[in-house]
Amino acid sequence: MKRSLAWWLQCAVTLVIAAFLLVPAIQSILAGVTANYFRGLSSGLTLKWIGRVWELYSASIFLSLWLAIACLVVTLVIGVPAAYALARNPGRLSRMLEEFISLPLAIPGLALALALLQLYGTLSGFRTSWTFILVGHVLYTLPFMVRSVLAVLMAMDFRSLEESAATLGASAFTRFRTVIVPNAMPGILAGALTVVTLSIGEFNLTWMLHTPYLKTLPVGLADSYASMRLEVASAYTLVFFAMIVPLLMAMQWASARAQRIAQ
Amino acid sequence: MTLTIETAAKTFADGTRALCPTDLTVGPGEILSLLGPSGCGKTTLLRIIAGLERPDAGSRIRFDETDVTGLAVEHRNVGMVFQSYALFPNMSVRANVGYGLKVRKVPADERRQRVDEVLRLCRLTDYADRPTHALSGGQRQRVALARAVAPRPKILLLDEPLSALDAALRDSLRDELAAMLRQFRITAVFVTHDQSEAMAIADRIAVMSSGTMLQVGRPEELYHAPANTFVARFIGNAMPLAGQMENGVLHLPGGRLELPASAAGKTAYIRSENIRLDQAGSLEGKVETVTFSGGHFRLAVGGVLPDGSLLYLQHPGRTAPESGSTVRLTIDPSDLIYLADQTSTHS
Ligand SMILES: Nc1ncnc2c1ncn2[C@@H]1O[C@H](COP(=O)(O)OP(=O)(O)OP(=O)(O)O)[C@@H](O)[C@H]1O
Ligand SMILES: [Mg+2]
Repeated sequence: MKRSLAWWLQCAVTLVIAAFLLVPAIQSILAGVTANYFRGLSSGLTLKWIGRVWELYSASIFLSLWLAIACLVVTLVIGVPAAYALARNPGRLSRMLEEFISLPLAIPGLALALALLQLYGTLSGFRTSWTFILVGHVLYTLPFMVRSVLAVLMAMDFRSLEESAATLGASAFTRFRTVIVPNAMPGILAGALTVVTLSIGEFNLTWMLHTPYLKTLPVGLADSYASMRLEVASAYTLVFFAMIVPLLMAMQWASARAQRIAQ
Repeated sequence: MTLTIETAAKTFADGTRALCPTDLTVGPGEILSLLGPSGCGKTTLLRIIAGLERPDAGSRIRFDETDVTGLAVEHRNVGMVFQSYALFPNMSVRANVGYGLKVRKVPADERRQRVDEVLRLCRLTDYADRPTHALSGGQRQRVALARAVAPRPKILLLDEPLSALDAALRDSLRDELAAMLRQFRITAVFVTHDQSEAMAIADRIAVMSSGTMLQVGRPEELYHAPANTFVARFIGNAMPLAGQMENGVLHLPGGRLELPASAAGKTAYIRSENIRLDQAGSLEGKVETVTFSGGHFRLAVGGVLPDGSLLYLQHPGRTAPESGSTVRLTIDPSDLIYLADQTSTHS
């Protein structure tokens, strides 16, 4: 079959754009496993650099994972009941409150960090502890959890469900535990994956809040680019990718599912 | 259990007076139907009984001798079937039905036994392990009923339990529901806006309009002795014979009717099933429309009543007069209902 000129042009443009996006990624990945980047691939492939990243930055990896889990726990404990309270009391005040907790989305992470530093910077015990970064992450990720849960709650007739549970003898807490939470689960799951992904990848705010002894994964990445051989930094990127990409894919899947339920 | 409602009223926060002060008593094992047009406050009254809505100050709700006015819904031990059924989507049929027993901490063995029994009574045994979204409308309705009765509530409250079903299914499920309610032998309040549903299921009917209770009585009482024009029109569509009364004779554009002396100063009402075609009848009119509805023809006759109002009648014969033809009608005065004129809010 003979293709038109337009088809060949479109094909070329697509390939160029794909190459534009992919080549640096491939190059970076290759750099991370090349023995000597300046001599090129001929110097041989190696896992040495990845080992080196592990030696230098494994603390950052564990700190990031730990922060993400802690951040998830806090946003679950605060966010799910908050979303439920907002859904139960629709009104001007609730709208305002929702906007208010969503503010960190619009404010640059830098500004948020500065505010936190101004407010708590002098409490040195708190300032140098990992919980200081946690506070920043919670502020930044909480709106994602609240909105995700709220969307699913608004899409179902949770009021009737709760009322029927109440006539069957269930107390307010039992209703929340056995009816609201299980039925809001798709929203909670989507929110949880978003929170974990954002927390692991957050740089702006964390950069401002971190101390030399508390470097998260992205902060460590910046550090490695600034102070290490290019191969180490590239290997670091590879490690980062390996952690974040499965999370991103799971997040896509979960939020698509939550959206299907919320229609 | 006897349900006693004293001066129950409800004014919503926006000022809507959904229920005017109402008194009502429902005896042990009795099935009472709240009947009235949309928006008349039926659901509001039902929710007040359940404890889902807080009534205005001065209202009192008693279950036997216990005052439950201030008691939270979860401690009232009522069973409620919601209009939308509100089945728990995260649970199977069995878990839905067992929910009330589970939150009341009934031991697992006894719970299984009681759930099985209710499932059997509601003919749901075959669907016990299905998720609720894999059920038909009629099956869902039975699950909602089973879930409400499983904890053996003191009173069962049903809010238009058949209205979510399509018309054909509704008719067949009506009798089934009536049979199931009798079998549970439980005090029940049943909301509907369909008079045939109320008559088929209830021992007594309470007719409501715009937040007030107009009349409470057995179906045949409401039918034969309506207390006012609204009830007369709402139950069985009684039509007013508006004409000039002179010396015990009612003069209508289509002829005259002799009425007893007690009719003086009142309006006579008649139902379509009590008007007959009769060559020797005293009333004359012209057939406007003829519709066949299975068992009988429904004729609209003009020229009998003033102001162009049509008189409807049911004709059971195999053939009916053509539309446009002139017919004579007869009305047995003993079928007439006499009601004082009211300049009421209802028309
Ligand atoms: N939460 C509320 N706030 C304000 N007004 C309300 C509220 N709930 C109901 N109403 C009003 O109270 C009146 C009675 O409502 P209710 O739901 O009891 O009617 P109903 O008889 O059940 O009608 P339907 O047959 O349509 O269900 C209506 O005018 C309705 O608009
Ligand atoms: Mg209603």
